Amino acid sequence: MDRRKYLKTLAVGSLGASALIACEPGTKETPKAPASFTIDRTKEELIREAKLVSETFFDEHEMKTISILTDIIIPKDGTSGSATDAKVPDFIEFIVKDMPRHQTPMRGGLKWLDIHCLKRFNADFASCSSSQQIEMVDNIAYPEKAKPELQQGVAFFNLMRDLTACGFFHQ
Amino acid sequence: MPDFQIKKTAKDYDVCIVGSGAGGGMAAYVLANAGIKVVLLEAGPLYDPAKNVTQLKWPWESPRRGASTPLRHFGDFDAAYGGWELDGEPYTHKDGTKFDWFRSRMLGGRTNHWGRISLRFGPKDFKRRSIDGLGDDWPISYEDVAPYYDKIDQLIGVFGSKENLPNDPDSIFLPPPKPRLHELFIKEAGGKLNIPVIPSRLSILTKPINKDRGACFYCSQCNRGCTVYGDFSSSSVLVKPALNTGNVDVIPNAMAREVITDTQGKATGISFVNKDDMQEYTVNAKVVMLAASACESARLLLNSKSSLFPNGLGNSSGVVGKYLHDSTGASMGGILPKLIGRKRYNEDGVGGMHVYTPWWLDNKKLDFARGYHIEYYGGMGMPGYGFGFGMQGTNGKYPGRDGTQKEAGGYGASLKDDYRYFYGATFGMSGRGEAIAREDNYCEIDPTTVDKFGIPVLRFHYKWSDQEVKQAKHMKETFAEIIDTMGGVVTWGKSSAENDYGLEAPGRIIHEVGTTRMGSDPKKSVVNKFNQAHDCKNLFVVDGGPFVSQADKNPTWTILALSMRASEFIIDELKKQNI
Ligand SMILES: Cc1cc2nc3c(=O)[nH]c(=O)nc-3n(C[C@H](O)[C@H](O)[C@H](O)COP(=O)(O)OP(=O)(O)OC[C@H]3O[C@@H](n4cnc5c(N)ncnc54)[C@H](O)[C@@H]3O)c2cc1C
Ligand code: SF4
Repeated sequence: MDRRKYLKTLAVGSLGASALIACEPGTKETPKAPASFTIDRTKEELIREAKLVSETFFDEHEMKTISILTDIIIPKDGTSGSATDAKVPDFIEFIVKDMPRHQTPMRGGLKWLDIHCLKRFNADFASCSSSQQIEMVDNIAYPEKAKPELQQGVAFFNLMRDLTACGFFHQ
Repeated sequence: MPDFQIKKTAKDYDVCIVGSGAGGGMAAYVLANAGIKVVLLEAGPLYDPAKNVTQLKWPWESPRRGASTPLRHFGDFDAAYGGWELDGEPYTHKDGTKFDWFRSRMLGGRTNHWGRISLRFGPKDFKRRSIDGLGDDWPISYEDVAPYYDKIDQLIGVFGSKENLPNDPDSIFLPPPKPRLHELFIKEAGGKLNIPVIPSRLSILTKPINKDRGACFYCSQCNRGCTVYGDFSSSSVLVKPALNTGNVDVIPNAMAREVITDTQGKATGISFVNKDDMQEYTVNAKVVMLAASACESARLLLNSKSSLFPNGLGNSSGVVGKYLHDSTGASMGGILPKLIGRKRYNEDGVGGMHVYTPWWLDNKKLDFARGYHIEYYGGMGMPGYGFGFGMQGTNGKYPGRDGTQKEAGGYGASLKDDYRYFYGATFGMSGRGEAIAREDNYCEIDPTTVDKFGIPVLRFHYKWSDQEVKQAKHMKETFAEIIDTMGGVVTWGKSSAENDYGLEAPGRIIHEVGTTRMGSDPKKSVVNKFNQAHDCKNLFVVDGGPFVSQADKNPTWTILALSMRASEFIIDELKKQNI
């Protein structure tokens, strides 16, 4: 027997829950073992969790944009740190995989924002200067006074605000 | 070809119980303590709130901050394995009607995460037809059940206050907790409107009652299950002590398929599929008790067809599955401006409301029959997924900390402070009312669909009538009045005739009962007044199925009382060798 293969089997076998996961029909690769859970999880839940953490949704550019936006929404103050201090972008990456209904509004919203900034400032949102970023955000952060043609941006920013606050106030 | 043979479990039992929720857990407890040999079949895995812990876990211990998943519909911390849909176990609908069916598959069933609202039915609730001519009277009266209510009050524990109300009988109560701040405002408004707001009645131990269970330490998380067993779950309070007698074998992951009968029409046991090895088994017993929940027990009976029982077991009347009814429900919520920017302190309390409103009006003066009770919620709960959502709908409406009105929405330090500022100022209320049990609201076997075990599934047909819609309208008017009198502002739940006044779809309140109704006439009912099948003397149904009418109360205290009563009847009949 090939020794390397043998070691590989051993490793899978000793991971407990992930051994089970490896048998799940339809998964091509063995997903990473789930982060250890401190809350009660059923067998089926562990399989689902492992699958979720094995996937990546946002690309690097999207994550960078999300990080900037979350810190604009929830900055550090006298009481607590900022959204990125609390790893809110990681929460957002997880939650869109967990709740696929957020995927298109988020991905599309980020793209909308970049296109808008490109037209206006000749740079995507993340590459704009901070004052340009704030100028942009000011246009979509106030639903009642935002221009009608920016309503898609308002909807996206409302979602960003919701997910940021929700991720932040739980850390 | 896999090895396909039906295996018989080695032991024969006195009683085989299907399902370990309220009805099944109580039966196991009573029988086991009387020395009767019991086998308890449970479709879900073992569960013990002291071992399967979500209580006192922080929001971040759930990667989704407690949001619901397809595997836990009431959220990541909730103690329900299951929900509105179960993978591979569908149910269907007839004629475009709606019915939502909540199933938990676990030891203890839905009592692991229920609301613990533990109300006795009142004298009128057993005799509604005599009062308003609708539906039917029960074949029993309050006096028949009262001794059992007394026993379960003491066995399980329930807090509340003595009120001497005519149709909301007092239990043997433990002391109730004090109202929270928003509840005091509700109470005050109720006083002005002549709507009673009294201490709630929940099966939570505000004082210890025995050495096996700890007293509540007020974490307000009963839906997560309690590690000290301070609240009632069938798993910890009934099944666990039943197991300790040595008289009960639990078979988890055992999905009952059919009740088996002999040529004389007596039940001889249950056939089930073991979900662990997917093999078929049978277990024999002198008595079979179904407690798989109202609809699931009806399904088992309808699927137990034989030449003697071509319409399904216990169904010579044809009413198995019929008269299905759930409570009505409608809700409204708001914000109480005087609570904005309130002081922080711990107001967790028990896992549920500290005050509620029992039905207080006379239907003779109203345009609908039957009443509803009101449940209240609000205050400074632990943030979970959804916390802070929709701030743009709030922070532009009220003056901020510095007294000035802001533009709605926003970002940055001032937005961050808004989440703290508005926290704890919202509240809501829900009516839970009695629907009329009607023959044309039913579940039946879907002729074309089976689940992953090959068991034919249920198909539902359910429509609300004008009576329930008018009741919902009355609820909404009452809620708006209460909120207004409190000085609150309605933020959600406004509705109109177009959406039936926000009346929830049937099934949503998870009080479904009536599918194996009790009665004296075997032509019109499935079981007699001891929950015993008219057609099969050694077969009993002890979940919500035998309910003739649902009352304006939650059903579980009555399921428990009737299951205890039926179990004592069985002990007696076994002694007399009648069954
Ligand atoms: C969120 C929530 C809140 C609630 N709040 C309240 C409340 O405050 N007050 C109140 O009175 N009621 C409340 N209820 C309703 C209450 O939970 C039910 O009335 C009660 O649990 C019903 O008991 P049961 O024994 O009939 O069924 P269940 O508790 O549902 O138990 C049935 C058991 O049978 C098992 N089973 C099902 N099919 C099979 C099969 N084929 N073979 C083997 N086993 C099977 C299931 O896995 C389950 O464990 C609430 C319910 C929910 C979901
Ligand atoms: S509120 Fe009390 S009974 Fe409920 S889970 Fe917490 S400690 Fe247990």
